[in-house]
Amino acid sequence: MALFQTLILRVITTAVTLLGVAVIVFFVIRVVPGNPIAMMLPPGATAEDIANLTAIYGLDKSIPQQFLIWGAGVLGGDFGTSITLKQPVLELVLGRLPATLELSVLALVMAIVIGGAAALTGTRLRETRVEGGIDVAQGMALSVPDFLWGLVLILVFGVLVPVFQISGRVTPSLQLPFVSDFYLLESLLRLRFDLTLDLLSHMLLPALALAIPLAAIIGQLLKQSLKETMHLDYVTLARTQGYSEAKVIWSQALPNAILPTLTLVGVQFTFLIGGTVIIERLFSYEGLGNMAIDAVINRDLPLIQGIVILFAVIFTGVNLLVDLTYAALNPRLRHG
Amino acid sequence: MSFLSVRNLSARVKGGGTLLRDVSLDVAVGEVRGLVGESGAGKSMIGKAVLGILPKAVEITSGQIMLDGVDLLALPPAQRRIKVGATCALIPQDPLTALNPSRRIGPQITDRLVDILGWTRQRAEERALALLGEVQITDPTRVLRQYPHELSGGMRQRILIASAFAAEPKLIVADEPTTALDVTVQKQILKLIAALQVRHGTALLFVTHDLGVVSKVCQKLSVLYAGKVVEDSAVADFFRAPKHPYSAALLAATPKYTDPLAGLQPVPEAVIAAVRAEVGHG
Amino acid sequence: MADGRFEVRRKAGLRLWLSAAWLILLVIVALFAPYLAPKDPLEQDLFAGRLPPFWMQGADAAFLLGTDSLGRDVLSRIIFGTRIALTVAVISASLTCLVGAALGLLAGFYRGWADVVVSRFIDIWMAFPPVLFSILLIAVIGPGLFSIIAAIVVIDWTRFARVIRAEAMTQGAMDYVASARVAGRGRFGILLREILPNVLPIIVVLLTLEMGIAVIVEAILSFVNLSISTDDPTWGGMISEGRTSIHQAWWVLVFPLITLFLTVLSFSQLGEGLKNRFDPVLR
Repeated sequence: MALFQTLILRVITTAVTLLGVAVIVFFVIRVVPGNPIAMMLPPGATAEDIANLTAIYGLDKSIPQQFLIWGAGVLGGDFGTSITLKQPVLELVLGRLPATLELSVLALVMAIVIGGAAALTGTRLRETRVEGGIDVAQGMALSVPDFLWGLVLILVFGVLVPVFQISGRVTPSLQLPFVSDFYLLESLLRLRFDLTLDLLSHMLLPALALAIPLAAIIGQLLKQSLKETMHLDYVTLARTQGYSEAKVIWSQALPNAILPTLTLVGVQFTFLIGGTVIIERLFSYEGLGNMAIDAVINRDLPLIQGIVILFAVIFTGVNLLVDLTYAALNPRLRHG
Repeated sequence: MSFLSVRNLSARVKGGGTLLRDVSLDVAVGEVRGLVGESGAGKSMIGKAVLGILPKAVEITSGQIMLDGVDLLALPPAQRRIKVGATCALIPQDPLTALNPSRRIGPQITDRLVDILGWTRQRAEERALALLGEVQITDPTRVLRQYPHELSGGMRQRILIASAFAAEPKLIVADEPTTALDVTVQKQILKLIAALQVRHGTALLFVTHDLGVVSKVCQKLSVLYAGKVVEDSAVADFFRAPKHPYSAALLAATPKYTDPLAGLQPVPEAVIAAVRAEVGHG
Repeated sequence: MADGRFEVRRKAGLRLWLSAAWLILLVIVALFAPYLAPKDPLEQDLFAGRLPPFWMQGADAAFLLGTDSLGRDVLSRIIFGTRIALTVAVISASLTCLVGAALGLLAGFYRGWADVVVSRFIDIWMAFPPVLFSILLIAVIGPGLFSIIAAIVVIDWTRFARVIRAEAMTQGAMDYVASARVAGRGRFGILLREILPNVLPIIVVLLTLEMGIAVIVEAILSFVNLSISTDDPTWGGMISEGRTSIHQAWWVLVFPLITLFLTVLSFSQLGEGLKNRFDPVLR
């Protein structure tokens, strides 16, 4: 019952937050020195042409009016039309979303695997040089943002030892039999592993760049958590029962150490998604972030709004999911 | 016949002070030996050394731990772990932290039986139910499905006792099992441990600082001071006529129910000095 | 104790000194840029385009680290780029700190309405992807030093606000505050004289870390060509150019990247080091 009430409260706060985001974006981008309409038209356009186009896009009305019109449209599922790409914003945005989602999820998985492995190894080999080395590596990985890691990876694996791709989502000459925009997923479902490989060779470096800082955070936090858990009596008891050190870490300590890490990972995952904006640009990856930068440069107001709102929805959605998962996994919250 | 035979065991903190000096003791099959001493005397350390759960900062410098004729210290770690797991069990001190908070009670008792001892899940569960009954838990079927935080400290300690005996161990190390409990509950738990020990014929190494407990449960006892065994005798003899002055002082320091108004006698300075000299402390 | 981690702890002290040394070097370079740089960073020489660094074939000793496609000296541009990077770092970090810490203190100490409003703002703010938001702001305000600083402050104040708010709450609940209230001290006075000094160490740590973040944000914005102007020598701008000619003239990307990398790393390590120094003292 309490869970239900908390849920309702969260939904309300989320709605307020999203509304706040919408308002801010809407008003901020309309204080724009650059006129998107003027940018769209050829240089010889007359004042009349500009006025007409402005009216078509509704930009001649007052800002609050525009907001209400836009808001009404949004509630009905209409996010307007992109000024530069001439297509419905919702369509465009949903078309690019899968690419960014696949990249983010791949990065998350990599971060969990790398960070988890580092934490478990550091715990199994605690008080040795290896653990010290892991600490140093994690410290460095944390200090440097994904943007720089991306550049380093481009240099090392794109130019120096060119094993992976540093541009685009997929090799352009390939024929893609996909119906959805979830290329990676579909390639697996269709058993077209040749395509999967090509996609992965393009996605690996950007995903890795995104993953490195998060892996370091996960590694640090989980290791700390494990360290504290390993001292507890039930772990010692398991040792007397005959379980090996590795088994003890895995089945006794880890399940309890994971919970505190989970909340942090959720928040950090939203940062990771935010990082896709610049990483996609860096790797010319055709995702939402890349489109967003173009939209801003071109002052494509409806598109900017649509993308920002979508990002905000994703962020708040992830936060909500994390809180729910935590509540579900923690037996004390479930039964207590 | 001794099931456990600790011979000249010495241990110290790595790069630091001595914790155990030349400790020797025996526990025969089915026998209950008490390990008494003040806090820091090292009694817990002996139990931990036997079970192989000494803290990382502690190292054994010499001696043997003969378990069922095999020197544990000479075994490779994996084999030692299995030997201990197959024949020994621990009743820990603090029931509030000795159970895994995110797992149900049932698996915490049965997993070890299935994974280490190779029993079938069925047999393990029957055994768990049977033992929960022995420790007088009403509705054991329900308890098996519960989480530790739903149960009281006393109940959790019963579960830990049941868990220890469930594995049919030849030796149980009880590390101050009643210290963390309410006084009202202590007596019950003690009786329970004693009853199960008799019924199952398990050897018991009972670590405690409470002489009263020793008198009720143990047949033999070892008194420790600063890591050295200063007295080793049968319980009956000990209470009648302790051999060592420190032991005598300990007995005198124990409040007596029969004479509650008598002042408490701390262990006299002279005795402490004498023991320290004897033990080589300094 | 013969413990492998002990050696790492000693090395941590070393890392701290190295970071500080690098940053001091940067300050010196920034201050004396016109005297240190061998060439004018804006001077183009189309006949000397894409020359490699001095140890490679076909290099010109006048251009130690090579030139970009317009013949501009990489080394000189990096040196002058230091000025921009540090200016942005110091000013943005300080302003962000001021705004964020002030709001955080108010929210955390006074609680009530101030807390509700500030917290709600923080939530909304954090729902924006930071890079996108900064790009948006720059696009709106237009390029320039002031814009970048403003963008950083507007976006990152939440970082300070959250942490300082939490600290202010913890401190506010402590006994010494209660004693001060009982003694009749006004709330604002307590905030200034009791809470602030205790929160200062954390502020210093965050300030250091924020400088590293500011340098990166500036680099990213330059990279997306939204920074000062494409002519001015910013590290990010050089990286952007270098990225496009990465196969032909890798040095245009590599040297500013190394400088940027070391700078961000140094700020970070310095901040972490300060945090470790302060922590045991505080708690």
